[in-house]
Amino acid sequence: MYEIIRKRELNPTVTEMHILAPLVAKKAKPGQFIILRVDEEGERIPLTVAGTDPEKGTVRIIFQIVGATTAKLNHKNAGEFIQDFVGPLGEATKTEGVKKVCIVGGGVGCAIALPVAEEFHRLGAEVVSIIGFRSQDLLILEDEFKACSDRLIVMTDDGSYARQGNVTVPLKEMLEGGERFDEVITIGPLIMMKFVVAAVKPFGIPCTVSMNPIMIDGTGMCGGCRLTLLKEDGTRVTKFACVDGPDFNGYEVDFDEAMSRGRMYMHFEKRAYTEACNLFART
Amino acid sequence: MPIDPKKHEMPTQAPEVRAHNFNEVALGYTEEVAVAEANRCLNCKNRPCVSGCPVNINIPDFIARMKEADFEGAYRIISESSSLPAVCGRVCPQESQCESKCTLGIKFEPVGIGRLERFAADYHNEHAEEAPIRPEPNGHRVAIVGSGPSGLTCAGDLAKKGYAVTVYEALHTAGGVLVYGIPEFRLPKRIVAKEVETLKALGVDIETNVVIGKTLTVDELFDLGFEAVFIGSGAGLPNFMNIPGESFKGVYSANEFLTRSNLMKAYRDDADTPIQKGGKTVVVGGGNVAMDAARTALRLGAEGVYIIYRRSMEELPARREEVEHAEEEGIEFNLLTNPVEILGFNNPEDPRDPRNGFVTGIRCIRMELGEPDASGRRRPVEIPGSEFELHVDTVVMAIGTSPNPLIKNTTKGLEVNRRGGIIVTEDGLTSREHVYAGGDAVTGAATVISAMGAGKTAAKAIDEALAGK
Repeated sequence: MYEIIRKRELNPTVTEMHILAPLVAKKAKPGQFIILRVDEEGERIPLTVAGTDPEKGTVRIIFQIVGATTAKLNHKNAGEFIQDFVGPLGEATKTEGVKKVCIVGGGVGCAIALPVAEEFHRLGAEVVSIIGFRSQDLLILEDEFKACSDRLIVMTDDGSYARQGNVTVPLKEMLEGGERFDEVITIGPLIMMKFVVAAVKPFGIPCTVSMNPIMIDGTGMCGGCRLTLLKEDGTRVTKFACVDGPDFNGYEVDFDEAMSRGRMYMHFEKRAYTEACNLFART
Repeated sequence: MPIDPKKHEMPTQAPEVRAHNFNEVALGYTEEVAVAEANRCLNCKNRPCVSGCPVNINIPDFIARMKEADFEGAYRIISESSSLPAVCGRVCPQESQCESKCTLGIKFEPVGIGRLERFAADYHNEHAEEAPIRPEPNGHRVAIVGSGPSGLTCAGDLAKKGYAVTVYEALHTAGGVLVYGIPEFRLPKRIVAKEVETLKALGVDIETNVVIGKTLTVDELFDLGFEAVFIGSGAGLPNFMNIPGESFKGVYSANEFLTRSNLMKAYRDDADTPIQKGGKTVVVGGGNVAMDAARTALRLGAEGVYIIYRRSMEELPARREEVEHAEEEGIEFNLLTNPVEILGFNNPEDPRDPRNGFVTGIRCIRMELGEPDASGRRRPVEIPGSEFELHVDTVVMAIGTSPNPLIKNTTKGLEVNRRGGIIVTEDGLTSREHVYAGGDAVTGAATVISAMGAGKTAAKAIDEALAGK
């Protein structure tokens, strides 16, 4: 059992928790993820590590309430326990040789992008961050990004806060204006990452994406998280996001397939979520 | 009294009933039948059955006890050699091991050794009350990576000798393939749990949610004070065929399909973990895993389940009893057949059509057997122009697994072969000092009992290496 040390609501649908898991806290690097199970009957869900405190032995996770499991998790409070918490899984984000980086985060993906931005900042790289949200009430982690970015651009789809538009607008402006990065790293909804990749491509800048597909074990055993890379020579290569990723070369990822696979259990999830909400409404 | 030429039949749930539930298929002998079956044993002098057992259980001696209805005595003899008798009695391919050597089998059906083993183990689990005696600690510490059959066996043997043993398991439940892979109807999870409890009672410490190679490395285990490490991490990575369409929704590896149903209990309506149920399912492969997947699909409510295997029934590697059970339950075998493409739904008019990307069928080709290949089996070759399509909703690939590279990638100096299997000596020693390995991590996908044999061998070698220290 793993204790929830702290809990904070970042916005009505996004929650931050600090979980006591000393072995994971000691090892986890930006870009890696954990798998948790809320209770004895629960499903295993992957969540990317949003920061660690090795001394206190805690791991920070930030999650959006999107289904039954995240609703159940959100129902737990500080001092309570979750059943299972295993990690760190996957490969850490590569940072070598990058002196200037653009981090593009979307929605709750910003929670994953933050430790990556912090790591580059710690290593002395110049960090330009672009974070985007649907609207002001969904904005998270602005102060944290400010602290680790040389420049921060906040976007909202509806213009309710900061600049109106999606994240590719300022990114394109910068690139077209002649600004160059050693790498662009984007973390967020698949459709956003697909467009970021398309925006960066004409400029030949390496573009890394962080994939978060459906998983069970997280150690390469089930293959449920597989995705396809389209290589330059036309070959299709299958990779397992849990052990080969979660970071991939954005130019190679077959986003359309990944989006389709992500919807595999949509009907089941909708029903389970409704049931979970009804359950909480009764209690 | 003349010897009955046939084994006493194993009572089973009727096929039409069991096809709709996840309860165990084989119900086990009664005391009377067990004694009668034991009495078929000739107690022959040369005891060929013992050499057919990968862990060399003293078979004639335990059967002799059963003739006298001394089932506890029989259990004690079995447990001298096997840490998991209730498991092996159920999942061992006895027809190619102990029973294949049985002298009685020359003229008649061999003695039902597996069924007798199962009876003795179940009898013990039901009747024994006293906890096993914890041996005097010998002051040495050993870490075991993975709680599958090889790891549990190695842990059990060492614990009985007084070693302080810690087993690290990546998943949330101990048992490895016994809990995520083999279905409830063939190996009830309470039996695995009972075996794990027995090990715990012996003093074995089991740490779940620790991925060696990630949470801790093998080198860190030595830093923590362990003097030897046994790697029994299994054959993790599922193989796919690399044919078009394997990314469509509804295509599973057998590992994923079985893990969802077994470990995550997706077969229950109240489970949080989803699985695709109903419709038609095709399972590609001919091993025990393929049979397990096919029969699981049936029990999940499939309207039709097909096995597709590229060779003939003669080469089909699954345990005979599982094949018979599958046939009785109505699983349809498409032998000498190989898939060439998986077909999926695509509505060109509407990219948002929710049916897009789901499996609709599989295109296959008929095969015939040609010249023998390197394995000695006749190589299947395609018959040109024989392609045909099956309309299915779910495809399960049960064509084997490859060893998981997580440990290899994080353990300096650990040598592996071309296929990723850890290289070991006869004693199970790897290229690293005090690091041993066994089971599927070494051999690639094999049987529960051969993994147990490897765990046993390594335990003996570890004891010899550490006892003098």
